[in-house]
Amino acid sequence: MNLSEFFHSSFVNRHSSINGMDKPASLYQSSVGQKVLVALTGLFLCTFLVVHLSGNLLLFKQDGGRAFDGYSEFMSTNLGIRFMEFVLAAGFLGHILLGIRVWMYNRRCRPESYVMSRPSQNSSLAARVMFVTGSVVFVFLVVHLKTFFVPSRFAGNIKPSMYRLVSTAFADPVYAGFYLVSLALMGYHLRHGFQSAFQTLGLRPHRRTLIDYVAMIFWLFIPAGFAAMPVYFLWAAHWARAR
Amino acid sequence: MRITLKIWRQKDRNSEGRLVAYELSNVSPDMSFLEMLDMLNLGLARKGEDTVAFDHDCREGICGSCGLYINGRAHGPLGGVATCQLHMRSFRDGDTIVVEPWRARPFPVIKDLVVDRSTFDRIITAGGFISVRTGGAPDANTIPVPKPVAEEAFEAAACIGCGACVAACKNASAMLFVAAKVSQLALLPQGHAERKERVLKMVAQMDSEGFGYCSNTYACEAECPKQISVSYIARLNREYLRAKL
Repeated sequence: MNLSEFFHSSFVNRHSSINGMDKPASLYQSSVGQKVLVALTGLFLCTFLVVHLSGNLLLFKQDGGRAFDGYSEFMSTNLGIRFMEFVLAAGFLGHILLGIRVWMYNRRCRPESYVMSRPSQNSSLAARVMFVTGSVVFVFLVVHLKTFFVPSRFAGNIKPSMYRLVSTAFADPVYAGFYLVSLALMGYHLRHGFQSAFQTLGLRPHRRTLIDYVAMIFWLFIPAGFAAMPVYFLWAAHWARAR
Repeated sequence: MRITLKIWRQKDRNSEGRLVAYELSNVSPDMSFLEMLDMLNLGLARKGEDTVAFDHDCREGICGSCGLYINGRAHGPLGGVATCQLHMRSFRDGDTIVVEPWRARPFPVIKDLVVDRSTFDRIITAGGFISVRTGGAPDANTIPVPKPVAEEAFEAAACIGCGACVAACKNASAMLFVAAKVSQLALLPQGHAERKERVLKMVAQMDSEGFGYCSNTYACEAECPKQISVSYIARLNREYLRAKL
């Protein structure tokens, strides 16, 4: 299947054969199956957020960045971590490509739109703008990787201090502001995405479940934890200038 | 009451449609929405004009025939009612009401406000039959069904197949409809025999008809005249994965 076919699956004949329909491999071809894959990759990326945040909390240790630099040295040299980088990249790629595919398919299911429509009366905004919030998070991801990941992995022998890299980048109000907006939108993406993933996996028997409370960790506390970093360094830079 | 209607008029499947404005006076607040349309049509017929086509049958909220997109909402501004159960007292004197047909690729407009919903029939047909021994009537309660299970199956069976879930969904997804139909049989012992085959076939049929994928916005639940819960969609996903894996 080439890229064009991937994004433009036809409506008819995709399921012309019922034979072989019960094979797990054909999961990918059905609507439910594709959403399940979006949900699973999404939840995998959520587990990454937990790991990423917990490591990065070392930024707040008052030791001039020694602990954080040691941690980033470990992360860039450990073989297991380097392997997981590829798994993570696959997770991102899968979530993004499937997300685009599902969005493009869905757009074609109502060729003529309503003259008057009031979606705010029956559904949440977060649920309806997943593609928009997801796209912003993608742009954020590219900028983020370019600023921190690329110098740390491809700088050759003269590796910069990651702590210095982070503190310098976040001292720029524009850059820090971009982070705050992006993280807020990532939280908004997860506001719908986290509980929605469990619904898609069939693990949400009632409207109000434990999942909705666990979801709060992901859409509120984790983005807030990340947001604390640019705020902290912006404030530190301001304080240093003021003295 | 004085009401201005803006109604979608479309000659047939292949014609271009457009909104046409009609002024109505002497509308009683006690009229149902469909009676108000009847009054409009009577006036149009007297003038020798083409009447507005709309689907309706029982007019008591149980057949699922009627279904209009009224002022941007499936079945109008009230929750838990079909279009026939909506009354003019839900509007104000002097209001302008925009009336459109369900819009979805699998629900093509036949004429004016009437859409072809035979895609739903084909999904039901794809589900097949349940295996029951025919013959003498069995004694009551020979197959025990726990009360909560019976209740849950019954709530799913309340689906009247009106298509409001598809009409309200931003993706024109039929997941709530299929979820209700799969659940009502999967929950009961009589439906267990073909449980796996049924869910696979109904989902495959749903996909091939061109309905969108579920984004879990839950707009369907909010607009369903029978207030069928999206927890049935979670059940459908569960049933599907169990059958598949």
